[in-house]
Amino acid sequence: MATIGLAEEEGPFANEIEARQGLMVYRAINIGTLAAMAKGEAEYDAAKAATAANALLASANLDVSMLWPPGSDNAANPDSTASAAIWADGSDIGAKAGAFKAAAEAMAAAAGTDLASLQGAMGDLGGSCGGCHKAFRVPTN
Amino acid sequence: MRRIFRATLVFALIAAAGGWWLSAPSRLPASALDGISGNATRGEKIFWAGGCASCHADPDAEGDDKLKLAGGQRFPSPFGTFIAPNISPDPENGVGGWSALDLANAMTRGTSPEGEHYYPVFPYTSYIKASLQDVADLHAFLMTLPPVATPSAPHEVSFPFNIRRSLFGWKFLYLKSDWVLAGDLTPEEERGRYLVEALGHCGECHTPRTALGGMDRGRWLSGGPVPAGQGRFPNITPAKLTWSAEEIAEYLKSGFTPDFDSAGGHMALVVENMAHLSPEDRAAIAAYLQKVPPVE
Repeated sequence: MATIGLAEEEGPFANEIEARQGLMVYRAINIGTLAAMAKGEAEYDAAKAATAANALLASANLDVSMLWPPGSDNAANPDSTASAAIWADGSDIGAKAGAFKAAAEAMAAAAGTDLASLQGAMGDLGGSCGGCHKAFRVPTN
Repeated sequence: MRRIFRATLVFALIAAAGGWWLSAPSRLPASALDGISGNATRGEKIFWAGGCASCHADPDAEGDDKLKLAGGQRFPSPFGTFIAPNISPDPENGVGGWSALDLANAMTRGTSPEGEHYYPVFPYTSYIKASLQDVADLHAFLMTLPPVATPSAPHEVSFPFNIRRSLFGWKFLYLKSDWVLAGDLTPEEERGRYLVEALGHCGECHTPRTALGGMDRGRWLSGGPVPAGQGRFPNITPAKLTWSAEEIAEYLKSGFTPDFDSAGGHMALVVENMAHLSPEDRAAIAAYLQKVPPVE
């Protein structure tokens, strides 16, 4: 619920946590551009929409495995909102990350086409954010 | 640990002082629902506003699977682990045999059809403020859902908390039917108050709890630690929640914050419910949240 803020550089896994939170902000900025157009708060601009969607897809394709070492959760460092469930047996974090990537691919294909296509891809994209956060994020102030 | 020990002791004393004969659960009068008939269509709105599926369905369920209320979700707490029961209309394992009055006694008095106290993990401290018409509508809707034949699992609660009669004392202290936010409210704010304080039971997570596990109404909606878990429930009073009413309503619909962060944990399930409400109801919740006293 809190505004995303960069982690202060202290405590265990401070750099990893800061890097992945920065990546989340990068995604949020681009989703914000797309959502503003989808909701009609900003005028549809095919080039801007494509730029945002391609940036989002590029972030989804990054190898971020080194940013998520086991144990780098909220219990280790309260700056993180990551749940220990990410690394637990039976965790489907990989499938949920895959859902985000698929939604980002669909958005990259749709965003520059027209407004209706962008709007059509928005639901799955937002759902993929929520899908992962629902299972793997702890609440914070 | 000391805190829990003290709570245990106080709990036991209250139970003893309350006395066995005094501690029988209270019920609504048998005539409470006379003249009230349930409407399943209206009841579906109550179902989403009340957040039933968030605890009684599989947390990963999507679409129509959210309507399979087999229970099974686990809720760890300092008093033990509570396990959500089956509330599908299965006559053997769920609530198929319940009357609307049974549901009203459960939701607004915390009393089971067998005359036992429910543990307050079931948020009857909020649902006590629900209108009996809404409860009857919800009952009508629940009976239209698919029955699931999964037996309810027993709670994993040890002595003394496994003595349900001792909940008499707890209810005496914490089961209150008056509004937390009193005073002059607009009709919209009143609607928001009903959705937040009664059906939405927002205070159950967002209000800090006392050592005995009751909501600390003096610090209403100001957040607190997650019981036996990681993180903190956020403070959603105006001291910390500084979004506009429109931004709050949008968050409840899409899960996106003004910065396009997105809802996580159990709140993501809440947003899935709130998305079923009307825009007016989401706006009413936002109006109410801007009216509650700020608590730092």
